[in-house]
Amino acid sequence: MSAVTETVPVAAPGNPLGRSVRDSLIVAKRNLIRMSRIPEVVIFGLIQPIMFVVLFTYVFGGSMKIGGSTSAIDYKNFLMAGIFAQTVTFATAGSGAGIADDMHKGLIDRFRSLPMARGAVLTGRTLADLVQTAFTLLILAVVALLVGWRVGSFGDTNAGKVLGAFGLLLLLGYAFTWIGALIGLTVRTPEAATSGGLVWLFPVTFLSNAFVDTGNMTPWLRHIAEWNPFSATVQATRVLFANPGQSHSHAWPMEHPVLASLMYSVLIIAVFRTLAVRKYRSATA
Amino acid sequence: MPGAIYAEGLVKTFGDVRALDGVDLDVPEGTVLGLLGPNGAGKTTTVRCLTTLLRPDSGKAVVAGVDVLRHPDAVRRSIGLSGQFAAVDEYLTGRENLQMVGQLYQMKAKAARTRAAELLEQFNLADAADRPAKTYSGGMRRRLDLAAALVVSPPVMFMDEPTTGLDPRNRQQLWEVIKRLVSGGTTLLLTTQYLEEADHLAHDIAVVDHGKVIAKGTSDQLKARTGGERVEVVVHERDHMATAAEVLRGFGKGDTTVEDHTRKLTVPVTGGAKLLAEIIRELDTRGIEIDDIGLRRPTLDDVFLSLTGHTAETAGQDEDNGKEAVK
Repeated sequence: MSAVTETVPVAAPGNPLGRSVRDSLIVAKRNLIRMSRIPEVVIFGLIQPIMFVVLFTYVFGGSMKIGGSTSAIDYKNFLMAGIFAQTVTFATAGSGAGIADDMHKGLIDRFRSLPMARGAVLTGRTLADLVQTAFTLLILAVVALLVGWRVGSFGDTNAGKVLGAFGLLLLLGYAFTWIGALIGLTVRTPEAATSGGLVWLFPVTFLSNAFVDTGNMTPWLRHIAEWNPFSATVQATRVLFANPGQSHSHAWPMEHPVLASLMYSVLIIAVFRTLAVRKYRSATA
Repeated sequence: MPGAIYAEGLVKTFGDVRALDGVDLDVPEGTVLGLLGPNGAGKTTTVRCLTTLLRPDSGKAVVAGVDVLRHPDAVRRSIGLSGQFAAVDEYLTGRENLQMVGQLYQMKAKAARTRAAELLEQFNLADAADRPAKTYSGGMRRRLDLAAALVVSPPVMFMDEPTTGLDPRNRQQLWEVIKRLVSGGTTLLLTTQYLEEADHLAHDIAVVDHGKVIAKGTSDQLKARTGGERVEVVVHERDHMATAAEVLRGFGKGDTTVEDHTRKLTVPVTGGAKLLAEIIRELDTRGIEIDDIGLRRPTLDDVFLSLTGHTAETAGQDEDNGKEAVK
């Protein structure tokens, strides 16, 4: 049937990037409205990191040697960068579960049949998750201040550096939500996405400098920890906060933590966004 | 010139399963095609291929004049899809759902807002417009889903089992909506397991089974294929059956079948009601008392049975199908 004439204009309206941004924001708005209507999700998302802050501070504080000191105050100041970084990555699981839930419900068929930008459903979701993560991080910082965490406890810092640290944390969290998105698209039941989205985060966040001094690890483990993308952000955060327990390792990411953290996060976004969007396009709900 | 929906040799396999085995369709602009078949026949897969949700392994599809495989995004601008499961966000209100869909059809925010209000009014959802959709009844959700598919008044619509799971009242309501829509010139492809629904809404019917279109035509044409009208007579006394058979033979266009235990005689005829009156008169003249007589037109159930060897519903598993099959 080569005689078919195409009467409908084929070119997409507007420029593709503008359309992608606009559509992503529309989807993000939808997800933010959802979150506001299911506040328990946001609240439960807060309880766990707050529990970690309190438990780690009072249980481990005083028994851990940080930078040659076992001072509880030093551990507290050491710990927060790790807890913050862990918190932003744990938001991943919710992202995956949300996407799996959408896939499950048939709403994705509606989206996929609309003339909208292809990546917008996922980008919108990850942007909404980023807003939630920022909110969680803000509350967590307040709790940390209440239990005695202070920036500049180990050298000098300034507002710009502290904000930069939070920026790196959010970027890491955003990068990890793309991993969660891919998991959510792959497993397709919200339950599996929640557990599947969580299990791998334990080794990633514990095989790191987040809670202990990597200097005390066996060499092969230490290498893994020092090259772990997660550790780079923790180290960068510690440096920018001027908190104690910074690694003196000569591993490249430990010596250039801010740059390493940026590079890792951008790389994760580039790889996992590509994979997730490809998966989304071929997915059959 | 192919119609508003055109498919040629669509094939789609999932692993070993050949879900579509060469589907051909041609739906002229402004008409309704009913895609009729049991569960698993390939109806939904056909719709998914035509609405860009699924890429067929081979074949050609043109919707609203645009090649589906080459320009899926252009096709998406011209179609509305209402699926088997009401695809609305249950945490968003009816209004928010419709606005979002409008904006994603690339409408401006203000235009999307106006259109949403219009549709809510039109679909009798204005009172519930600002409640989250999860508080809606099944029928309301379906209406919202249909409204979402109509946001841009697309020239071509696809409805995948729009009334499955609805109670009779809601089904009736939805039929009215669909009829109004079609009278406005929209081309519609509708899948259904309900023979009555296809009969009621569709201009043309394509019967699918095992991923193939096994018959197509108007409802009347399909019915004619199964042998057309028949006259059924139940005589009062068994002794009269031979005489009655003789009478019927005189009027019939084929063999008379005789069911001894029910005293029922059936003969294919042409000529309808007028013939029926003549038969009654003749039987009366011969003094044959009858319990029942009637002109029986074949239903689509009969069509399906004669085409596939099983009724439309036997392949289904859910309760709804069970009920239909008993009828």
